[in-house]
Amino acid sequence: MAKTATSQKTETAAKNGSGTSPKKMAAKAESTNGKTDLHIVELAKSEYQKRRKSQLESIKKTDKKLLRAMLYQMVLGRRFEEKCAEVYRMGKIGGFCHLYIGQEAIAVGSMMALKPTDMVITSYRDHVQAMVKGISPESVMAELYGKEGGCVKGKGGSMHMFSKELEFYGGHGIVGGQIGVGTGMAYAAKYKGTDQVTLCFFGEAAVNQGIFHESLNMAQLWKLPCIYICENNQYGMGTSQERAMSTRNIAKKAEAFEMANEFVDGMDVMAVRDATLRAIERARKDGSPTLLEVRAYRFMGHSMSDPGNYRTRDEIKKYQERDPIVLFKDSLKESKVLGDKDFEKIEQEAAEAVEKAVKFADESPYPAESELMTDVYA
Amino acid sequence: MTVLTIRDALNQALREEIIRDENVFVMGEEVAEYDGAYKVTRGLWKEFGDKRVVDTPITELGFAAVGVGAAMAGLRPVIEFMTWNFSILAADQIINHAAKMLYMSGGQFKVPIVFRGPNGSAYQVSSQHSQALEAFYANFPGLKVVMPSTAADAKGLLKSSIRDDNPVLFLEQERMYGLKGEVPEDDDFTIPLGVADIKREGTDCTIVARSMTVPLAMQAAEKMKEEFDVSVEVIDPRTIKPLDVDTIVNSVKKTNRLVIAEESHYFASVGAEISHTVMEHAFDYLDAPVKRISTAEAPNPYAKNLEALALPDVDKIVAAVKEVCYL
Repeated sequence: MAKTATSQKTETAAKNGSGTSPKKMAAKAESTNGKTDLHIVELAKSEYQKRRKSQLESIKKTDKKLLRAMLYQMVLGRRFEEKCAEVYRMGKIGGFCHLYIGQEAIAVGSMMALKPTDMVITSYRDHVQAMVKGISPESVMAELYGKEGGCVKGKGGSMHMFSKELEFYGGHGIVGGQIGVGTGMAYAAKYKGTDQVTLCFFGEAAVNQGIFHESLNMAQLWKLPCIYICENNQYGMGTSQERAMSTRNIAKKAEAFEMANEFVDGMDVMAVRDATLRAIERARKDGSPTLLEVRAYRFMGHSMSDPGNYRTRDEIKKYQERDPIVLFKDSLKESKVLGDKDFEKIEQEAAEAVEKAVKFADESPYPAESELMTDVYA
Repeated sequence: MTVLTIRDALNQALREEIIRDENVFVMGEEVAEYDGAYKVTRGLWKEFGDKRVVDTPITELGFAAVGVGAAMAGLRPVIEFMTWNFSILAADQIINHAAKMLYMSGGQFKVPIVFRGPNGSAYQVSSQHSQALEAFYANFPGLKVVMPSTAADAKGLLKSSIRDDNPVLFLEQERMYGLKGEVPEDDDFTIPLGVADIKREGTDCTIVARSMTVPLAMQAAEKMKEEFDVSVEVIDPRTIKPLDVDTIVNSVKKTNRLVIAEESHYFASVGAEISHTVMEHAFDYLDAPVKRISTAEAPNPYAKNLEALALPDVDKIVAAVKEVCYL
């Protein structure tokens, strides 16, 4: 194990084009602060090219209806979040509002590989996960508006969408907190002897919290059916992964626990789906956990109040060229699964769903004052 | 009735609830093979096995979180902290997750979990192992806080806590595990949360005490009777949150004097809360300012003499009662 870790470190350092001296590393971090990290773009591009063939293969093997539904959910997620940004600026949404734009392939690719009885838990960037699990766009938007019709009656807001009926265990506001809770959900499934798996999402910055390491240790020790999905959008608020983590390679951290792990291109929805299917099989068959590092890119700021001065427009643009929705559409078209007319129809359906959501949220009343003191105790 | 130590009363409560409900399991450090650091779980692992009695790594935040997630998914975990001092590592799960889940989810996700273990001072274990944390946790809506002082209360309250649908923090006291008392033999014996107990009736002065200060207050009451013919009423709230305000206020209305004895530090303590509550509801009945006996405003020391100086004792409580009685 020690040998692997050392060679890994050397490889990463070599890729980063820096030596191992802390002084050099610090100097590099300073010089690249706010500038395009070409290394990441190139790495992601070559990874995508490698996967391109497998993506087309994967599309061939997948039900056409499901592929259309996947694209719809991605487009809906995109349009929904764009609308959120718009109405946030109008003052309709208060507090924090973390958008998912650019990361749609992760929620859609992984969650649409689940059974409805499987459990999901995620961080505060939770609108799209909530909708993919089946919470209606209306009740997600109404929640954002702090209205009675929201999925938690206006008590949670952007960061706390929940649905017990749909096995959606919430959006959680403390970085990394849900990693431990998700581990407990998987513990319960094993205890009760159900075949449920738990998908537990978190950002790459959460990996630096102690709870990540504590949870993975227990999950592997006790063989819990938990799939840890690290959504590596490369920035923890305004701090790049490079400036916050001693290694770029998150998937390999699982090896410290002898846990199965995979690095996945998060711009490729089919790659996410396939990796999740492999992890689900491990979970259901052997009851064993997996760590997936799914690398993507957050096109928007950390939240709506993010000035974005820690990265360049060029860097964002480079990733936008590999927009997961555009790529998926291209592949679907090339595979002759869907065409331009289908895409138009999907856009139209998504636009209608978003308009309906906004109308519902606008018209829904504010919670009754009596709600302040309900649900404090069961 | 049978005579049990508080340790064995707790053990019985756990055993009976494990048998009663298949979703109840006990988890924590050394609770299984080792029989519990303080032997509260003695024999349970041998009887029920790995599924119901689970040893964890030393990972307080981690296993507290596993408990919260398992409770959300329908189980009833009883999580043991070897001592409450270590719960501070898990405070994020207790305060940010367990306490708020029902509310944040609009009433959808209950967290029926018990966190339990010894709280407060032990015997010369110094600063990091001698903290009474009830005031810290009682500040947060969504949590219940329970502190038994007798074997019967320990058993009845723990059983109620396990059956409760909310996160319950059950704070025991290491110095009291060996204390004996009569416990009803009924398997279904429970004591409702939120109900105080009058441990000794009196007419001249009320002492509100909890956990370790209850036996001290009882001795102080006896001394006041013998030496000064003062009749002291001792009230044990048993549940800190929700607090049985009526029983305390009614007692003060009768005795017109109040002393609060507690093991936590003086500043922002539960005693301060009770003192305010009495001021709010029984101001006109008070014949003297409320007096509070707490642990010194310093981290708990190691040296035997300093530790004794820091902690509440019978003499300090007697002096406080005399003061409010103008004796």
